[in-house]
Amino acid sequence: MQILKGTPVSPGIVIGEAFLLDLEEYRMPRRAVEPEQIEQEVARFQTAVDAVVGEITEDVRRLKAAMPEDDLHKIFEGHAAIVNDLVPSVVDSIRKYRFTPEHAVSKRVRTIVKQLTSRDDPSGLAARFVVDFNDVEKRLLRALFGERGGLKGGANGKSVVFAKDLTPSQTIGLDRTKILGFVTEFGGRTSHTAILARAHGIPAVVGIADVTRDVSGGDTVIVDGTKGIVIVEPDGETLKKYRALEKNFISFERRTADEMRSQPSETRDGIAIALLANIERPEEAATARDYGAGGIGLFRTEFLYFDPRNLPTEKEQFEKYRQVLKSMDGRPVTIRALDIGADKEVSGITAQERNPFLGCRGIRLLFERMDLFRTQLRAILRASAFGKVRLMFPMVSTLDEIKQAKAIVADVREELDAEGVSFDPEMPVGIMIEVPSAAIAADILCTEAEFLSIGTNDLVQYVMAVDRVNEKIAPLYQPAHPAVLRLIRSVIDAGARAERPVSMCGEMSGDPLFTALLLGFGLRSFSAVPSALPEVKKVLRSVSIPEARQIAQDALALPDAHQVVEYLTEKTRRIIPELF
Amino acid sequence: MVEKTVTIQNAHGLHVRPATKLADLAGKFKSQVTIHKDGQDVAARSIIELLTLAAAQGTQLKIRAEGPDAAEAVDAIEKLVNARFGLD
Repeated sequence: MQILKGTPVSPGIVIGEAFLLDLEEYRMPRRAVEPEQIEQEVARFQTAVDAVVGEITEDVRRLKAAMPEDDLHKIFEGHAAIVNDLVPSVVDSIRKYRFTPEHAVSKRVRTIVKQLTSRDDPSGLAARFVVDFNDVEKRLLRALFGERGGLKGGANGKSVVFAKDLTPSQTIGLDRTKILGFVTEFGGRTSHTAILARAHGIPAVVGIADVTRDVSGGDTVIVDGTKGIVIVEPDGETLKKYRALEKNFISFERRTADEMRSQPSETRDGIAIALLANIERPEEAATARDYGAGGIGLFRTEFLYFDPRNLPTEKEQFEKYRQVLKSMDGRPVTIRALDIGADKEVSGITAQERNPFLGCRGIRLLFERMDLFRTQLRAILRASAFGKVRLMFPMVSTLDEIKQAKAIVADVREELDAEGVSFDPEMPVGIMIEVPSAAIAADILCTEAEFLSIGTNDLVQYVMAVDRVNEKIAPLYQPAHPAVLRLIRSVIDAGARAERPVSMCGEMSGDPLFTALLLGFGLRSFSAVPSALPEVKKVLRSVSIPEARQIAQDALALPDAHQVVEYLTEKTRRIIPELF
Repeated sequence: MVEKTVTIQNAHGLHVRPATKLADLAGKFKSQVTIHKDGQDVAARSIIELLTLAAAQGTQLKIRAEGPDAAEAVDAIEKLVNARFGLD
């Protein structure tokens, strides 16, 4: 039994089996192969090649059977050819330089990738090949490392995912219903893994150094996402204790959800508050309904773009949007235009930048990729004929950007009109407030934006000048910092003065700690991950607006984030003691 | 030596699938077949080398072959390219 301690980022307790991701990150054995073992290593490599080619052949067969009309399987046939083509040069470097097969494979693939990425690539073709080569490399390394990876059968419903770190593009492909927990070596409360885990109510612990080295695929593991503890291969007694805790936790969550579902979303003094859900896949709309969401406050559309080889057509997107509108049955759905760049990379679309968080992301990138932008706008507008759609632009920093984006929307509308395609001519167009310039000048932006949604994750990072994925400076990422609070209040004020609805869709709006404070600032619409809604509702139903105003006033008088959190914890504990 | 110039017509360029076909075909001849694109030349029978050309739609490529069946090899590859590799 081994007990490891990390940062708790998503509460809950689960017991499952370790499932290791990130094989390409494994320590490459760089030691030189002993001369008398060279042929043995060559043979080991040959066995791995045979296994991978067999695996690919099996994939091709499976794909052909599942999707006979689709040509996807042919790409994998190409992968088998790439594997065979790698053999001579890899064997050569095992023999000549005494490299281990793992190192030789990686080195060869890295060289090819470097060659592909080192020159201009206007067609984006080279970038797409990089995906293919990475895939082939991963397969070979997995075969060489053997069972340690345990990835073969995929996640199985009992899986706890272990990784160095999870990137958005990695997690978007995971089947989350088959994942019990997440454990990573890097990251803090605001890392992508943490946000994702909370979004799905999956317990997670991050920041355990070298954990992927200490755990093997298939090990029994306990994840305590409330305390930040991971136990590898627990003994019988520990296992028994945690089984009981696991049951208790599930029942508390379920109790709150059941208790709150039928209750109206209003403060103790009867002021109605909109409780909306953030979702990132159409299927989650059902979950949102189950947790009592009154609409979708943020429908992220990045999931459509994770496979750069198959960018979504207008029709595919339209179907997905309509699916959500149908699930929400007349309730409002705010669709956010594609928001990639920074830590959300899509190869072939996003560029490598020196300072990606300050780079070409969100609306800036959409202006560069008018093809993607217009296709998406057409799909969203077409969907607007089937429900209450609101369109939102990410990463806006100037008034001009809104004008420009709206001009494009108008143009697309004319195009649809000319084609006789119907859409909602009144569809509101609004913006995310996540850049300090937009927050400070919110009153000006309100002249063009029909609604605002405060995205606190990025807003906090930009106001504090703290990269939210850099764990070294994680303590400086402070949503409760007086500067952040003042700015949020001023955005809410600006919206109220201009009579523009203001919502919040960042992490803060789903954290019950901030509910009363935000109500006190005048916020009347909260959008959060579905699983967070019952707790937020529980808090807001327990306070009156005058009380909330007092809490806001008191919190604003405090000099630092630490004291604000302490004060809010004290206030919130009286309402939901179980949370603290 | 036999040489011919062709233009890639497929919308997605010389991607994995056409490159696989080209490499397979080139491997059937005894001659050494190479493909040239602005100063870069690669072995036609290596899919990896073909991919590193990153030849998008409209790219002009020179097919060169040297050996007993050079003319047949170049003709066959020219045909394959012009038939859009039987894809799209």
